[in-house]
Amino acid sequence: MADFRLEQRDFISRRLAFFAPMGAVIFSFLVASVLILLAGVSPLESYYKLFIGAFGSKNAIAETLARATPIILTGLAAAIAFRAKFWNIGAEGQLYAGALAVTFFGTGLIQLPNFLMIPFLFLVGALAGGLLLLPLVLLRNYYKVDEVVTTLLTNFIVVLLVGYLLEGPWKDPMSLGWPQGASVIDEGVLPQILPRTRLHLGFIISIFTAITIWLIMSRTILGYKIKAVGINPSASHHAGIPVIRTIIIVALLSGGMAGMAGVTETAGLKGYLTLDLSPGFGYAGIAVAMLANLNPIGIIVSGTFLASIYVGADAMSRAMNVPTYLADVIVALTVLFVLLSIVIIQYRIVFGEKRS
Amino acid sequence: MTDLLEIKNITKRFGNLTANDNISFSQKEGEVLAILGENGAGKTTLMNILFGHYKADYGEIIFKGSELPSGKPESAIAAGIGMVHQHFTLADNLTVLENIIIGERSLFSPSLPQKSAREKLRNLSDIFGLPIEPDTLVINLSVSEKQRLEILKTLYRDCTLLILDEPTAALTPQETDSLFSTIKQMVSKGLSVILISHKLNEILSVSDRIVVLRQGRSVGEVCTKNADRKKLAEMIVGGTVDYPKKQAVKKGSEVIRLQNISCDAINDSSKGLNEINISLFEGEILGIAGVTGNGQIPLAKMMAGHLKPKNGEMFFLGKKITSYTPKQFMDLGVAYIPEDRNIDGLIGDMSVWENSIMTETNDLQVRSPLGWLNRDNCKNSAHLLCSTYDVRTQSLQQPARLLSGGNVQKLLLGRWLSRRPKLLIACQPTRGLDEGAIASIQKIILEVRKKGNAVLLITEDLDELLMLSDKIAVLFNGSLSNSFGAEKLNRSKIGLMMAGESFDG
Amino acid sequence: MIFDFIEILFTAGFWAATIRIACPLIFATLGELICERSGVLNLGIEGIMSIGAMVGWMAVYQGAGLYSGILAAAFVGAIFGLIHAIFSVYLGASQHVTGIGVTMLASSLGFFSFKLILPYSTTPPKIEPFQPLDIPLLSDIPFFGEALFQHTPFTYLALASVIIIFWLINSTPFGLSIKMAGENPMALEAQGIDVLFVRSVAVILGSALMAVGGAYLTMSAFDAFYFGMVNGRGWIAIALVIFATWKPERALLGALLFAGLDAYQVRAQQLAGAVVPYQFFLMMPFFLSIIAMIIAAKKTRYPKALLIPFRRGERH
Repeated sequence: MADFRLEQRDFISRRLAFFAPMGAVIFSFLVASVLILLAGVSPLESYYKLFIGAFGSKNAIAETLARATPIILTGLAAAIAFRAKFWNIGAEGQLYAGALAVTFFGTGLIQLPNFLMIPFLFLVGALAGGLLLLPLVLLRNYYKVDEVVTTLLTNFIVVLLVGYLLEGPWKDPMSLGWPQGASVIDEGVLPQILPRTRLHLGFIISIFTAITIWLIMSRTILGYKIKAVGINPSASHHAGIPVIRTIIIVALLSGGMAGMAGVTETAGLKGYLTLDLSPGFGYAGIAVAMLANLNPIGIIVSGTFLASIYVGADAMSRAMNVPTYLADVIVALTVLFVLLSIVIIQYRIVFGEKRS
Repeated sequence: MTDLLEIKNITKRFGNLTANDNISFSQKEGEVLAILGENGAGKTTLMNILFGHYKADYGEIIFKGSELPSGKPESAIAAGIGMVHQHFTLADNLTVLENIIIGERSLFSPSLPQKSAREKLRNLSDIFGLPIEPDTLVINLSVSEKQRLEILKTLYRDCTLLILDEPTAALTPQETDSLFSTIKQMVSKGLSVILISHKLNEILSVSDRIVVLRQGRSVGEVCTKNADRKKLAEMIVGGTVDYPKKQAVKKGSEVIRLQNISCDAINDSSKGLNEINISLFEGEILGIAGVTGNGQIPLAKMMAGHLKPKNGEMFFLGKKITSYTPKQFMDLGVAYIPEDRNIDGLIGDMSVWENSIMTETNDLQVRSPLGWLNRDNCKNSAHLLCSTYDVRTQSLQQPARLLSGGNVQKLLLGRWLSRRPKLLIACQPTRGLDEGAIASIQKIILEVRKKGNAVLLITEDLDELLMLSDKIAVLFNGSLSNSFGAEKLNRSKIGLMMAGESFDG
Repeated sequence: MIFDFIEILFTAGFWAATIRIACPLIFATLGELICERSGVLNLGIEGIMSIGAMVGWMAVYQGAGLYSGILAAAFVGAIFGLIHAIFSVYLGASQHVTGIGVTMLASSLGFFSFKLILPYSTTPPKIEPFQPLDIPLLSDIPFFGEALFQHTPFTYLALASVIIIFWLINSTPFGLSIKMAGENPMALEAQGIDVLFVRSVAVILGSALMAVGGAYLTMSAFDAFYFGMVNGRGWIAIALVIFATWKPERALLGALLFAGLDAYQVRAQQLAGAVVPYQFFLMMPFFLSIIAMIIAAKKTRYPKALLIPFRRGERH
């Protein structure tokens, strides 16, 4: 078989670490252009349309940033969990848990002035997301039940629960048969930040959250513990770091970020809960986190980038007749190529060595 | 006699480290060739190249007159080379027979040679006096049985050159003797053997010729019968090493006492503990001997608060311990150097300074009350640590995995000792280190004793045990023998106790 | 009323449905089991099943025979297995992320190609799927005939695959190598066997089985391809592998048990539908999977080298 081995690099080149993910993105577009050719149109023209669709007008940019909002938050959810090697693949479910909390508290049950109502909604949304993850992290820590599978399975349970509530007890009677929840009260709706667009306060909040998470990860003892526990739980335990407690905190933070994404969508973009609130934002978060190499600040960039692909792909699809699923293909390719780039950053690939 | 094996100009680098530097030697048929050198001298790397686990950067290997393809264990096996690795290469979830027959037939053949293998295995067992039960799961074998299986594995594949890499590391002195008689028997049946070791005594007793490696280079070759002990020892380390001397220290009051402590086995590879009694005083080193898996790890873990005893009581400085958590024991003043320093000790992918503060995450030097990390303070204390304990590092920012084994251990010890513990639990503290590092680690341990603290030393190296300990006890099958003054014991007495024979000194 | 619920168990239709529902899970669980036994967690399963469902169906829709459809699905599954193996085995990248990437790629490529080939279909077009094949004589036995011997050939193939995989794992050199690769890969290399090759073949073979499991959905259970029709079956299969403690015979048992509960809930739903909303019945499989994992977790002994990449020639 292939004659090579991987040798770990002693020091990681910063330049390589910076450019490799970009190379991964370029490769993804190159490979995806084969699919566009199969569709019988020009890749260059398609990508141009995609770009214009995402950034070609004030409205397009606003739309891209609005789409980036939940993706940045789910990206943070994935990044903080993955940093601790806690494989939370359940951001989708936690997002809906956040949205359910908003619908429960925010549609009339609690009435507060907006400067209190909005933080309150984020708080309950984050709590709901975190609490959904809590039993799963406890199962992992005390019963060794693999969290990858339980978080994935929980996604389906939560989505079915949302379906039940929206078709049953929580269905908005004014919605003319569509399964959707009651509208969030005016005090709870996230205000527009760019007139006549759908860009709302949630975007600012997601950026603020990213910076906060970055500070926690790089400047606090909690971030240090999360890093240590993620790389080597056994050594951390021996040094007296409370491993289980750290992972529980990570889970609450991670679930909380994803729950906040549910808040921005329900209280910001739509104003009410729907069954198609998230077209896979939870999974997109994983791609975003990987692309940013789990760096919270990088996630702002990669999240916006991914959002632009999704938004642009809609426009491209209409103009060029290429299925919108191309966006998902590009995102999937990006995940794999980024993984490849991570290997290249960390390892030297040494081919057939003997030169005698 | 013709040359069976010729190693020519083998060079192998890992990153910046040259593990083998232009090594050449040859071996005759029927010869027991010893490769002698301290840990890290490049012995195992060289054998891994010979067996095909690694590819050499330069050089070639001639075996039985033809060049051995590099980097292919299957070619080495086919040519008749067998290797018993220091860390056993066995699958615990399979039976003895399954471990033996794997690789005999092509991967895609439709059946396993169960029946013929059974027969051949029985024959080999008879010829070489290595009895084994073919249907036992490997997980249920003892260390020496596993080694027997490893040797049978190579014989089963008709090996003519057997490589034994540090085969005595986990054996009792008596088991070592029996291994050496097996080697002699194999040679009488026409096999050739390469024996890798860092133990001079063993090499002198069994080999015909000795090749000495130091820092990746071959520094000499002698016939065993002409060998000069002292000169060999100097060749190994490239000079003389100053081993620390134990000085008389006044015994103080009791630090820790274990009363009838028992616990269940924590995993498949180790026994639990059975009614253990220990009393350890200030200024005293208690050495624990025993074959791996007889309860050493549970004992260490329990005394460090990582494990709760099933019954029995423990007293620290006269006070009964009620809560068994690592945190609690750290606060009492226990430091625990675990056996595997790269897995349970340092975090290789974190920097030296980050590793140096791992036990201090609640210290207000390291963090603010709100939880902010004070990097300047961290780096200052890391700097102090490195200079106090002579940790050689290029920078504090360097990942810990780039440190040498000795520096890893010094950093780890330093991190714990700067907490000023009353009790140090050290498991295999010098395993795998070069002689210079061994001497400095031993010096640090003796220093702890001199300052009036207690040490529990668990080690497989009986020379080290006898040299450092004030008293010695042996773990066998989860039970601890009475402890005896180190001066009353010697290697073979300890060996008998390790095999379960009682000794009344 | 209570008798109605018990009576379900005594209808041949219930048992026939149990077997039918179990089939995709059997393929998928066996596929995942092979991968994990060799030391590789394959989270690509959900996407690979999805594209297998699409490809098998599409091949038949474009005029291929039914058996060619299965082969086409297996082939595409194998290709995604190869992609997985290149990343997770040869490059030693994170198995979690590789699997998620493969799932995303396989399902999005499946949807993309479906839309590309059939852009305007609003109601999903149908194919002529596998038809029940009555086993002569046996199918005439009352009750048991209907329950066991009036299935499609694809169903019999699923049951046969259990026997084949059991044999492969337990009685062949390759199976032994897979088990060793998942326990102590160094032991395998020391016996002269290429660990990376063994793991890769295991992942490729396992992925092909997963894709065939997906194809069962579109070619035997139903007759059309829908987006999202795999609906978590891949993740459930991963839970079943743990429940089955990595043994093929127990995988069959687990899949049947699981399918039995599923078949039962569909029937119970008809009885209790008015009282309990259907979504709660649909949640059952996911809850059951989690419960199955909890039951299995405490005493489970994972393959020791699972998730740990093997790098040749690395310093140990």
